[in-house]
Amino acid sequence: MIRGANSDTRVIPDLVTSTQPRLEWRVATVVDAKQETARAYTLVLDVPQWPGHRSGQHVDVRLVAEDGYQAQRSYSIASAPEEGTVALTVERLEDGEVSPYLCDVLGVGDGVEVRGPIGGYFVWESNHAGQLLLVGGGSGIVPLMAMLRHHARADPAVRASAPVRMIYSARTRDDVIYREELERLAQGPDVDVTFTLTREAPAGWQGYRRRIDKEMLGAVGWPPSEMPRGFVCGPTPFVESVASLLVELGHDPARVRTERFGPTG
Amino acid sequence: MQIEEMRLDGNAAAGALREIFAQEMTVAIATCAGCGTASKIGALLEYGHAMGVILRCPGCDTAMLRFTRTAGWLRLDASGISYLMMPERGTPE
Repeated sequence: MIRGANSDTRVIPDLVTSTQPRLEWRVATVVDAKQETARAYTLVLDVPQWPGHRSGQHVDVRLVAEDGYQAQRSYSIASAPEEGTVALTVERLEDGEVSPYLCDVLGVGDGVEVRGPIGGYFVWESNHAGQLLLVGGGSGIVPLMAMLRHHARADPAVRASAPVRMIYSARTRDDVIYREELERLAQGPDVDVTFTLTREAPAGWQGYRRRIDKEMLGAVGWPPSEMPRGFVCGPTPFVESVASLLVELGHDPARVRTERFGPTG
Repeated sequence: MQIEEMRLDGNAAAGALREIFAQEMTVAIATCAGCGTASKIGALLEYGHAMGVILRCPGCDTAMLRFTRTAGWLRLDASGISYLMMPERGTPE
């Protein structure tokens, strides 16, 4: 068989057209800033030429010192794609290099370098019908909040086709980020939110008061027979514990997606 | 710091991988050269160091992908991946 010389080279144009826009650093402007809890702050950014994002994606943020030293971190996007702006909720880590600057120094009107949106694995879109199980620990709630906000902006029929059960583990009630919004969203017919507090609970607290365990996931999560899509986000030990418990309960590991948050800020 | 606190996942390397491969890579599927397990890159275990990044197989811990920057060079060792499937267009789930 004689093969044309073009048979190998033909793939090149396909590869070229398949590449996505270059990931460029852009200077975003802070258009709003809000303290969420004692340690968590939300910065709303206007990013020039923002191509839009999918819920669950993140951006990289870069700080450059006058001597050229650079520090870079990834932060999940908290806002729904429909909102147009990019909201980042940042947990202020005392000995961090980036988060204290973002939380204490950066204010409305200031610029900060970002690139994104980034990621495609830990992403949910409202056309993905089926039960949704969102399990967050600490600031791991942030990408899950983008999913919930995206869900809240979908048509009622779409929302009904993708009912949500969220389990959110925080140290204390005051550490619960977006608490009022979550309580409001949970009043809708297709959203259920369960809080569990691991360190300290106020008098009269009706929710759980322990780390997430198998019994809790069995009681307030979807049963494995419903084949929910699971998204688990938080610190590494939290994520690995919850993901293992879900698999032990009989959930398909391929349907449990995880995103681990690091201790550097 | 505990080793498990240092461990993240392929999602954390998504920005760096996008620089190298010019497309979103967390949904690409990599087969481990050590045990044959196929995983989405987002599900690989990531160990970040000052020198660079190592992505390991969640099944057998083989170092599947390593990359590092040295003055003027980006170095990539993908010898732990026997087969890589990248979506051609868009970013399918």
